[in-house]
Amino acid sequence: APDPAITELQDWASYLGVGVDETPYGLPIKFETDVVRRNVAWLTASPISSINFTPIHALEGTITPQGCAFERHHSGAIELSKDDYRLMINGLVDRPLVFTYADLERLPRENHVYFCECAANTGMEWAGAQLNGAQFTHGMIHNMEYTGVPLRTLLAEAGLDATGDLADKWVYVEGADASSNGRSIPMEKALDDVLVAFKANGEALRMEHGYPVRLVVPGWEGNMWVKWLRRIEVTDAATESREETSKYTDVHENGVARKWTWVMDAKSVITSPSPQMPITHGPGPLVVSGLAWSGHGKITRVDVSIDGGVTWQTARLGKQGDTKALTRFYLDMDWDGSEMLMQARAMDDTGYVQPTKDQLREMRGENSVYHNNCIQTWFVNEEGVAENVEVS
Amino acid sequence: ARAAEAEIARLAAERDEFQAIAAAGGGLTQPAPVAEAVYGLGREALPEEIAAWDVDVLPDGRGLPVGSGDVWTGEELFVDQCAACHGDFAEGSGNWPVLAGGFGTLADEDPVKTVGSYWPYLSTSWDYINRSMPFGAAGTLSADETYAIVAYILYSNDMVDDDFVLSNETFFEIEMPNADGFVIDDRAETEYSIWRAEPCMTGCKDSVEITMHASVVDVTPEEEGMEEEAMHSEEPAAEDATGDAEVVEASVDPALIDAGKGVFRQCQSCHEVGEGASDRTGPQLNGLLGRTIGSIDGFRYSNSFKDAAEAGETWTTEALEAFLTDPRGAMSGTKMAYRGLSDPADITAVLAYIESIGAE
Repeated sequence: APDPAITELQDWASYLGVGVDETPYGLPIKFETDVVRRNVAWLTASPISSINFTPIHALEGTITPQGCAFERHHSGAIELSKDDYRLMINGLVDRPLVFTYADLERLPRENHVYFCECAANTGMEWAGAQLNGAQFTHGMIHNMEYTGVPLRTLLAEAGLDATGDLADKWVYVEGADASSNGRSIPMEKALDDVLVAFKANGEALRMEHGYPVRLVVPGWEGNMWVKWLRRIEVTDAATESREETSKYTDVHENGVARKWTWVMDAKSVITSPSPQMPITHGPGPLVVSGLAWSGHGKITRVDVSIDGGVTWQTARLGKQGDTKALTRFYLDMDWDGSEMLMQARAMDDTGYVQPTKDQLREMRGENSVYHNNCIQTWFVNEEGVAENVEVS
Repeated sequence: ARAAEAEIARLAAERDEFQAIAAAGGGLTQPAPVAEAVYGLGREALPEEIAAWDVDVLPDGRGLPVGSGDVWTGEELFVDQCAACHGDFAEGSGNWPVLAGGFGTLADEDPVKTVGSYWPYLSTSWDYINRSMPFGAAGTLSADETYAIVAYILYSNDMVDDDFVLSNETFFEIEMPNADGFVIDDRAETEYSIWRAEPCMTGCKDSVEITMHASVVDVTPEEEGMEEEAMHSEEPAAEDATGDAEVVEASVDPALIDAGKGVFRQCQSCHEVGEGASDRTGPQLNGLLGRTIGSIDGFRYSNSFKDAAEAGETWTTEALEAFLTDPRGAMSGTKMAYRGLSDPADITAVLAYIESIGAE
């Protein structure tokens, strides 16, 4: 029978739509209201010191819109205006300096796309499959184009002659919020690719991402990307703050903890199909879509398995991998309607191959909380419904 | 010094490269010019400014101010300012961190990571408490108070006796039990060397069985419920109230309530209001307007509140305005570590918000 959506005159083809200026800053259309950040209430004591998750299952491409990019606060997101913003550089420098926001805008700036992943992403899965959804298992990540001034430019303004041998020096970076989140970064990284950023995806940072200025530490754990950045101190030792000792250290099976585990290793996940994105169209052409990334560099290859890791085929990259940024991959397949155990396995340009959960457990045990970059398995049944599982 | 020279050479080379690219007329995505050259931006940081912000303390004690505090003073402070989240004996409350005990558990199935069992440096607890605690009133502790609270936490961990006084001198007497419990990231040697290998593509295992289902654990948030919640929060808060409250709110401007919700962010780390609100560092605020001052059972009020309660005084709009304008002036000795709201419009808004969702 003819489709009434075509044969009958529809309201939208007859009546007038809304004019310009209806929403001076737009929001997604009402049909997309389920594409939002979500919280797992039982994880933390209070939403003020907590984390939520990017709806990666519902996004495509690689850029994360700021409005649904995961948030992590230790003492809540603060409203700090550009006028009230100050950035201090002190410690072992020739000239301790204070910059205003306007000063930062006058220094040569760069644009780079980088992923930011919380060290605890996938952390709830160490002891077993727990959360049903790519958003919850892998959503502590976002990927944005940052505009900012290289940290080395600011350090050069303050002068490093007095610092002496740079090889054993650190910068301690600190936020302006009540948690005054602070982390120590070795000088080699500080002079490499760290950015003092004030824009993301072309617009000002959102409050929840550190407006007006945050640190971008490419490839390294999100906790080091200090928001509301207010102070950079050049030191001759790691400060060993709360966030780099009691937290963000990885306890292994023997009770000994790894510290200074800054780099986020290569990782991937199939975002669709996945528990929140079942196959609804039945057998036939199916686009398997996913994300891969590595804190060491570029994603060079992603393999996908639909039989739980017995056989693998190499996926197609959406485009060539960028360094320390999300890479989209696809497997364009013909689904015969039978059950699948879907996995993805990323490789980066250092030759690192994403490990299985068993490999990680064998090495570290189940209590390290952080840095779980294991291969994820989704079970897809004959109806196309997907579930988070573990396999032998 | 060699590293410094190498760095300067690298920066110079990078600048030359940029200039070459710029001369060739291309390369907007290339690195911006960086240099030993100084742009002359920023101003000198004054010693008072550095002193105000550079307060972090290093493991070797650098940054510790002169001062001291004893265990019993620490206990009093702890019970007042920390126990709502961390428990009277630093044993933790709800999902908030446990600060004491847990010795010998790090290799267990569920390690208990406390200041005593896990933290490698004493400086970290002093630094963190001094800068970031109490939650919702960061930066308000004096050096002596911080010494006292840290002394109490050490006592709670059985690491010092009850007559111990922690000071910038006795600081160095404390040995942290797990100081040697850490190794520096060794993934390059232990993991990368093994996992950087050509991966298997076919016949990688004999069989595959599902060994665990997330649905069995059943801890995933329900999306529909969450969406409902999100929808509600976009509506005026008045819609959330029930019963008598609706009558009261009919005449209240939703924009005012919304503004008050924003102001309340400054209060919410210590006070809860609305359905299911309970006491935190501060008492819950349901039915605040018209409530007898200092009347929440079980909450540890300061003396001025106890006196007001005995006199039968109630929270009127005027009394709340006076209190929120100048907490310590209006209620001498209040434990509420909050400087007050200077804009009367903020007070009106926050009271409207509290009334809208916390009316009884």
